[in-house]
Amino acid sequence: MSRSGSGRKVVVVPCSGIGKPYGTVSREAAYELCEELRPRTTALVALSRLVMGDAGAGRTVAGHPAIAIDGCKLTCAAKMVRVRGGTVAREVAVLDVYRCHRELKPEGIAELNDAGLALARVIAEEIVPTVDALAPPGGAEPAEGDEPPAGDGPLGGDEEDGDHGR
Amino acid sequence: MAGEATTRVGIIACSGEEIPEGTISRLATLRVLHERRPGRTVTLCLPLFLAGDGNERAFAAKYPTIAVDGCAQRCAARGTEAYSARPAASVVVSEIVAACGLPAPQGRRRLDAAGRQAVDATVERIVELVDALAGGPVPAAGTGGDDPPR
Repeated sequence: MSRSGSGRKVVVVPCSGIGKPYGTVSREAAYELCEELRPRTTALVALSRLVMGDAGAGRTVAGHPAIAIDGCKLTCAAKMVRVRGGTVAREVAVLDVYRCHRELKPEGIAELNDAGLALARVIAEEIVPTVDALAPPGGAEPAEGDEPPAGDGPLGGDEEDGDHGR
Repeated sequence: MAGEATTRVGIIACSGEEIPEGTISRLATLRVLHERRPGRTVTLCLPLFLAGDGNERAFAAKYPTIAVDGCAQRCAARGTEAYSARPAASVVVSEIVAACGLPAPQGRRRLDAAGRQAVDATVERIVELVDALAGGPVPAAGTGGDDPPR
C-alpha cells in the first residue's frame, strides 16, 4: 500500500462484538464503507488478527491511518490498533451515532433489523469525509511489498460478494 | 445422570471480518448460543482478552471452551490459550467445509448458499461438542444469568 498521494489507503477495523447489536452494526458499517462507499481507498482488517499480533495485520495498521468502529465503551478496535503500533485517525462509537439517531434502534445480532442496517449506513456515510481526507478518491494503487488483508482481493474492497440477500 | 446438565460451555468465535469463514464462525456461534443451546452456553468477544479489564481472562478456566475459527490461523483457539486457558475443543470452519465437501463459501457480508450450508454444518459440530462437554444433550432450563456476552 502506498503511503502518499493518491495511492494512500485507510485501514478500517470494526470491533468483533458478538453480544449486542451494536457490535453487528460496527461490522455492517465497515462492510458498507469498504465494499460499497469507498472500496478503492479502504481496506478491512480483522480485529482477531490484531489480537493475535499477526505480523501482516500489524504492518498494515502500522503503515496506514486507521478508522476504528467500536460497538461499546471498551473500544476494543481502537485499543488494538494502538497496541499494534497503528494510528487511529478516527474513532467511531456506534452508541454515539445512535444517540443522534434514536429512530434507528438496532435489534438482532446475527441479523440486524432494518433500523440497524440504516444506522450502519449512516455511520459509514459519516466516515466517508474522513476517508476522503486521508486518502483522496481517484486511485489507490497497491505498491509492491504491501501486505494485503487476508481473504481480500488486491488490498481489499474488490471482493466478489456473492449472494447479498438481506 | 444422562441428560443432566452439569456445566456451562464457553464458545469463542474468531468473527474474522475479512473472510466468509469468519462470518460463518460468528453466525454458527450465535445460533448455538441463542437457538440450539441457550442457557448452557456463554460467549465472550475475543478482543476482550486483551482490551477488557482482566477479568475476562478467567473465562476458559471457568468454562470448558470451544474455539470456533474461520481459518487455519486459528486466532480464537490461539488467543484463548494465550490469554485465558487451553480450549477444551477447537472447530475450524475451513476444515468443516472441506470435510463436508461443500463449495467454497462466498460473501463475507452476506453469505451465499454454500456459506449458509457451512453455518449449518458448523452448528452441528459445535452442538456435538457442547453436549459432550456439558454432560448431556438435554438443554437445562433456567440456567441463564451470569456472564452475559458483551
